[in-house]
This record gives sequence, structure tokens and C-alpha cells, in this order.
Amino acid sequence: MSFWRQLTRGLGVLTHKTAADQDVADEVHHFLEQATAAQVARGLSPGQAARAARLEVGSVLGVREQVRRYGWENQIETLLADLRFALRRLRSAPGFTAVAVLTLALGIGATTAIFSGVNPILFKPLPYPEAGRVTMIWYRGDDGSRVDETFGTYRELVERSRSFNAIAAMKPWQPTLIGTAEPERLDGQRVTWSYFRVLGIPPALGRDFQESDDRLNGPRVAILSHSLWRRRFGGDPAIIGRPITLDDNPCVVIGVMPKSFENVLAASAELWSPLQYDMSQGRAWGHHLRMAGRLRPGVGIDRASRDLDSIAHAPVPELPRVPWASLKDGLIVTSLQDDVTRGVKPALLAILAAAALVLVIACVNVTNLLLARGVHRRGELALRSALGAGRGRLVRQLLTESLLLAALGGAVGMAVAILGVRALVALSPPGLPRAGAIAVDGSVFVFGLVVTTLIGLAFGLTPALQAAREDPQQELQHGSRRTAGGFRMILGGRTRSVLVIAEVALALMLLVSSGLLLRSVERLFAVAPGFAPSHVLTMQVQTAGHRFDADGATNRFFDQALEAVRHVPGVTAAALTSQLPLSGDLDIYGVHFDPPPAADPGEVKGSFRYAVSPGYFEAMRIPLRRGRLLDEHDRASAPLVAVISESMARRRLPGLDPIGQRLHIGEGPLYTVVGVVGDVRQMSLALSDSDAVYVTAAQWSQADAAMSLVVRSGGDAAALVPAVRGAVWSVDKDQPVVRIATMDALLAASATERRFALTLFETFALAALLLAAAGIYGVLAGSVAERTREIGVRSALGASRRDILALVVGQGMTLTGLGIAIGAVGSVAATQAIVAMLFGVSRLDPVTYLAVIALLAGVALMACGVPAWRAARVDPASTLRTE
Amino acid sequence: MNEPNEPNTDVIQGTLDMLILKTLSLEPMHGFGISRRIEQISRGVFKVNPGSLLTALQRLERAGWLDAEWRQTENSRRARFYTLTRAGRKQLEVEAADWTRRVAAVARLLKAEG
Repeated sequence: MSFWRQLTRGLGVLTHKTAADQDVADEVHHFLEQATAAQVARGLSPGQAARAARLEVGSVLGVREQVRRYGWENQIETLLADLRFALRRLRSAPGFTAVAVLTLALGIGATTAIFSGVNPILFKPLPYPEAGRVTMIWYRGDDGSRVDETFGTYRELVERSRSFNAIAAMKPWQPTLIGTAEPERLDGQRVTWSYFRVLGIPPALGRDFQESDDRLNGPRVAILSHSLWRRRFGGDPAIIGRPITLDDNPCVVIGVMPKSFENVLAASAELWSPLQYDMSQGRAWGHHLRMAGRLRPGVGIDRASRDLDSIAHAPVPELPRVPWASLKDGLIVTSLQDDVTRGVKPALLAILAAAALVLVIACVNVTNLLLARGVHRRGELALRSALGAGRGRLVRQLLTESLLLAALGGAVGMAVAILGVRALVALSPPGLPRAGAIAVDGSVFVFGLVVTTLIGLAFGLTPALQAAREDPQQELQHGSRRTAGGFRMILGGRTRSVLVIAEVALALMLLVSSGLLLRSVERLFAVAPGFAPSHVLTMQVQTAGHRFDADGATNRFFDQALEAVRHVPGVTAAALTSQLPLSGDLDIYGVHFDPPPAADPGEVKGSFRYAVSPGYFEAMRIPLRRGRLLDEHDRASAPLVAVISESMARRRLPGLDPIGQRLHIGEGPLYTVVGVVGDVRQMSLALSDSDAVYVTAAQWSQADAAMSLVVRSGGDAAALVPAVRGAVWSVDKDQPVVRIATMDALLAASATERRFALTLFETFALAALLLAAAGIYGVLAGSVAERTREIGVRSALGASRRDILALVVGQGMTLTGLGIAIGAVGSVAATQAIVAMLFGVSRLDPVTYLAVIALLAGVALMACGVPAWRAARVDPASTLRTE
Repeated sequence: MNEPNEPNTDVIQGTLDMLILKTLSLEPMHGFGISRRIEQISRGVFKVNPGSLLTALQRLERAGWLDAEWRQTENSRRARFYTLTRAGRKQLEVEAADWTRRVAAVARLLKAEG
């Protein structure tokens, strides 16, 4: 009731200002009238009565003011008045306002943009019900690393574990959809039937997989993503129960996922089909599945982890294991969120910190500007204080100004953020999880608002408190005498100097970090990939359909396609490989030597397995170290031979002659090593060489359905694309040719994440450098303006221009030097955050530190130049005359 | 604002609201009427500052203890009349009881000292 009255009465006053004023005036007037009438009644003459009543009531205006001041709405009135005044002040100094607003917009925009990029990845829960219960389960390798699971382990955990509501295994799948439109290679997943139960999202249309779908030779069924359903089937709900053709096979659509479904485990997957594995197959024990589980309510990750480890260490005879999936090192259970963000978290946090540093520098700069203006405003503030404005009132006025400034900066900053987010998404490396969820949304807006308010208070408080400390009398006297100096002036100047030092220090930290990243990327590209990447075109040729059911058909097709490509004019060499370096291919087999060498008796270790056409090493220019390369004679009927990488020979066969050693690849037959070749970077330039084993495709037990073509040309590799593709299609026009890229492009792409971080750091560091320079300039320019008289006196007393220049530059460079010293120490600590992103360079790399310090000092020197030049041109005569 | 030779004092801090509510419990009144009534009944001991009184009236009105209404006076002026609401009556009881308790306590203390 009373709250309601407060609200309505207050709003009434605000909306009907004149009427409310009139009411108060009427009431006071009536009071006075009655008082007069009472005096008349006591027998005074009208004139005397009026006088007496006035004496009794006091100042009518005063009473009116007192009554009018009541109510919360008057706080708003004051605020509006403060705002109007602040706006006028900002408008009267457009240069200052523009610089301050832009500086703040830069800081707020950068931070908000980065926050909106980082928010869905690091802070928001994944878009699943009770997302905290969704976990990943990895096989723990003997070095503690996360290894893909086998179907055998999946089956054992499903049977034995009691910690999970559901466990699912999955692998990537790329079927070709054949229909009315042209054939399309789709990204999909083969999953165990429980997959969507683990994520907790059922299809929006149709039904989920059920256990009976997921058995060997079970029904061919598929669930579509919303986007695929709309794109290829026009969003027709009648699709449920209808067959579509995948890789020449009819497959019944049983469900469509909701539009909002985000598949974090494979962002590009558009359809799902049951895994349909069985323990009778060899692939049941291949480490090639990922595994996820939904914890039972109330079961934490720790408990699940202990549960799985106890299962791992207590095998049961009903569920036999194989040596390479013995679970002897246990299993790794992590939350899906951690798993998804693990690789990118340090980099993202470092980038967020860098953006925050820019924001801090921006704030420091604006504080400096405000302080510099505060010096000019002293007279005004002193006058206001002398006229009766209380300290609280002055602080409030100044804070209103800084908050308004911050709000303007924030508004422009949000625009910067929206543009920044677009740039961010465009720049983001393909490996960035949840990139699709990056947007300026409510939480980002709140973040921007909070940041804006905080910095408004932060940079407003210093000048406001400083102003509140002033003694108006002294200031008014000072103002009239137009002297600079005095104790407080030095104090103000000192605050500003400290701020500049801080700014330089922070800028140096950013510069060092981006310098180190720059050096890392340089170093990375200096890494030899193990082959000659220039003038090489690559593409993946895939086979799809029943005509390739027999291995012979597949091999024949690839042989013919390769032959056709070799005849394309401009092609100097061409070859095929089952996995292409730096393309993201990852095909690892357990390899063990037979008989085992003394160094690793019976050990099975993961090695990259390449099934290649003869001539692969020549086309890639991978050097031969010992023995011979694979050639045309290594046909299916010939003795099985393999070539291994030199680091594999060194690690696995120390002190032995690798030639003539025999090995198994997976559970396959024995291959005899006939040659050793140089190491090749398979996963990325930054990851050092793993073991690699090469065999000819003809001697591999099962034909690979997709092979990568490597084509070396005499000139521009990219120009060969149409001719090479045409040559493949001349053999069979229905086979998809995908992932067309030059080797140089793949090389560059393997560093995209570092480049992404580098681009952002460089941007931030540049902004920081400019802001720091502006800060130094501002302080020196202000100081020169204040010391004009002193400088005039100095030169009148015989100081040369050179002396004056040295004086000003010395002042600026002293601040810079202090800032650099502090910043260098800070950098040593701060670069800890980017260690994970560095490559081939220490975070204490002296070259980087020196180069960056030289750059910063140089820019600072330039910033000192203008004020110093101005100081040197002070005319002593005119300065002294004005006194 | 007080006439210098009159022996009256400002209303004791915090009791103005109670005095207004008490005064209005007899009949609806306008501002000057309330002021005059407080002065008369206190035999001139309390003198009410018009600014404070009118502000207090606004506050009490917003608190829901008074209702205000504009009435036409004889000489066709507008006057604002205040009426005690039921909530106001309750509030008066609370404040009066509280006051009596305090006064009794202070009286006891003074007696003990004396």
C-alpha cells in the first residue's frame, strides 16, 4: 500500500511537474492566508496581520523548497540535473570526450567481444539437461594419455559399471547421400543405440534408437539433424519411415533431431546411424571409438572414476580382453565440458586476460585525461564548493560525469563488440569448440554493463576524491593569482605519473606476450615437416557404393585413377596414401616386433599406419635413410614388406639393424622391414615425430575406402585442380573428390590456432602501445603547459633549448624507464599464461624482451617529442610579461 | 523563524508524526489547522515549523496513514485537507504506546537520580 503510494505519487510528481509545484504553492499560500486570518482575528489590522503571519511562517519560498525537496523522485531530478550538466560539460570539450569515449569503447569492446567468445566455451554449461552428468571415458595409455576406446571395453563397461545411466560409443562416419539432387558426402556418426540418451536429448520427430537397432546386420536406420532434414528433405515430416539411399544402401529415417540440438561431440555431424558392432569382428578390439556416459544422479566423477578403475583392475573370465586393451593403466573419466575445452582453455584465458589488460590500460588513460582536466576545473569546483555545494554533492557530480563517459564508451563499445565478435568467428580456428554458439547475448550484455559501471566508478573516483580534498578558499586565491604548482598540484601530477608508469608496464607485458607468440609462429614455420611441401596439391578420393564391395575393385579404381592423374600435363609425380600428413587424418595401429627386440620385449606401441602407392616417398620427397623404398614389385603376391620412420627405428630398435626385422601391424600378418625413411610431421608442425610404418596399399589386408592423392607439379599446384579432378572422374564420375588443398595451405592451417592467438595478441598489443604513448604524451603535454612559466624563467636565466628538451624528454623517459622495469618483471610472471602456446622459444627469450623494450622506448620517445619541442619554443619574454 | 520573545520550542525530534496523527484523529484538518491545534493544546510549548509540517504531511500521506483531498474554501481558494486512515489510526496507537513507555522509563530514571 505505502510502496504503491510512494511509487504513484512520485511518478505523478515526475510526470506533472508544474501541477505538483502548483499544489505545493497553493498549500503554502493557504497556510499563510490562514495564519493572516488568525492574526486578524486577534485584532491586528490587515497590514500588521500580514506582517505577523509572514514572520510566523518564514520565507514562503523557503518553505516551498523544503516541501518540494521531499520524495525519491527528487533524487531522480537531481540525477537528471547532474546528467544534463555532465552532458553540457562533455559537449563543451568535444576533443576530450571523443578521445575518452573511443579509448573506453576500444577497451570495453575488446573485452566484451572476447568474453562473448569465451563464455559459451568456458563458462556456460553445455546445452544438455543436467550437462554436468555427461562425461567422457578414455582408455588410459601407458604414458597417461587419453586413447580411443575399443568396442570390447565398451561392452565390458556397459555390462559391469553401475555408475552410469547410459554409456555410448561413437565414431565418425561419412556416407554419401544419393537422391534426387547430386550425391553429397555427409558428415555423420555411427553411434551405439544409447548415444542420445547419454546427451539427454531425444529426437523431436520420430523415435530414438533402441537396443534392437544396434546389432550386427541389424536394420539400416538413421536419425537426421534438423538442418539436413530442412536442406535435403524440405522439412517434410512424412520423411519418418521413408528410406533414403546412403552409399548405395537403403536406410530408413526413424527420427529428426530438434533444431536446438547442438552436437558438441561432432559439431558438423548431420546424421546418425547405429554402430552395429559385434565381438566376432576384428575391429571390436581396435582403439578407434570415443566413449561418453551419463552419470547416475548423485554419482560424482570421482566415484565413477574409482568404479571404472576397480573394474579395470579386476578382469572377469566371461569378458576376456586382448593385450593392447588390457586396461592395465585404468580409465580416464572427465566431464564432457572439461574434455571439450581442455585443448583451448589456456589459450582462451590468456586472450581474455590480454583483452582485460587493454581495458585496464584504457581506464588508466581516461583517468589520466580526467585528472588533467581536473587541474583546469579546480577553479570551477572551488567556486561551486564556496557557493554551498557539499563534498558529497561534488563527488556525486564528478562521478555522474565519469559514469556518463563510461556509459557512452560502453554503448560504442558494444558496437565494437558486435563487430569484434563477427571478426572473431571469422578468424576462429576450426578446432574451436562451440564456435556456433558465440554471440552477443544477454549474459554478454550484462557483462558489458557491469564492466562499464565498474570502470566508470574506477576512473571517476580518483579525480572526484582528489577534488573533494581541495580547500576552496585556497583554490580560489590560487585561481586568481594564476600560479601553477603548490603541494597539491605536485600530488596530482604524481598520481598521473604513477598511472603512466602503470600503463607502460602493462603495455610491455602485452608486447612481450605477443612478441613471444610471433617468434613461436616463426619458429613453427621454420620446422621441417619431413617432406617438400611446395608445389604439391592434395585431395581425398573416396569410393562409395556396392561396386567397391570387393577389395580388388577398390584397388583397381585407385590404380586407374592414379595412372590417369600421372598423365595430366604439368604433373611431375603423383601418389596415393591412406593418411595425409597435416590433414587431420589420424590412423594409428598397435605395432609389435616379432621376434621382440631386447629393448622392448613384447611391447605393442601405437604407430601411424600408411598404406601408400609405390612412388609416394618420391612424390612427397621423403628422404630414404637406409635400405630401399617401396616399389612396383611389392604387389599383393610378393613377400610382405614395410618401411619405418627413422625415429621408430631409433626408439624401438636401438643398436639393431632395422633392415630384416619383422613386425605385426595390429593383428595383421608379419611384414619385413626393408627400409628406413625420414620422420614426417603427421598431426601438426608442433608435435614431434611419432613412429610411422609404411606398406603398399596392395599388401594391406583390406582396401582403404578413401585415399589421399598427392600431386607434385612443376609450377602452380592450385592451377592443376580441374585437370586432376577431371582425370579421377574420367575413371569413375560418381566418386567424391574432397578436401582439395595445396600442401602449403595445410601447413599454414596446422598453425591456425597459434595464428589466431597471435592476431588477437598483436591487435591488443598495438592498442596498448598506442594508449601508452597517448598517456605519456598527455602527461608531458599537461606538465609542459603547467610549467610554461618555470620553463620561461629557466630559459631567461640562460637554459639552452637543448637543456629544455633534455628536461622534458628526461621526465618522459624516466616514467617510461620505470614502467619498462616494472613491466619486464610483470612479463616474466605474465608469460606463464601463454607457455602452452609457445613453440621453440623460451618465455624468457632475451631477444624478444630486448626488441620489445626497444620498440616501446622508441614509441615513448616519439610521444615525448611533441611536448618537448613545444617546451623548447617557449618564449621567455612573453611568458614573463604575462605575469 | 520563532518570534524571539516567545517561550516556545520546536517539536521534539521524532514526535511530530505522532502529534499530527493525534491531531487528525479528532477531525480532518488542513495544514494551518494542524499547526494551530498543536500549538493550542500544548499551550504554546510546541511550535511547528511550516516547512517541516507540510513535508511531514506528504510523508505520512505516502506512508498510507493519511488521505489528502483538495477542498474549495469560502474565498474560492484550494485547501488541502487531511484525514486519518485506518492504518494511520493503528500507527497512532503504536506510536502513542511506544511514547508512553519511553516517557515512563525516563521519568523513573529521573526519579531514581533525584
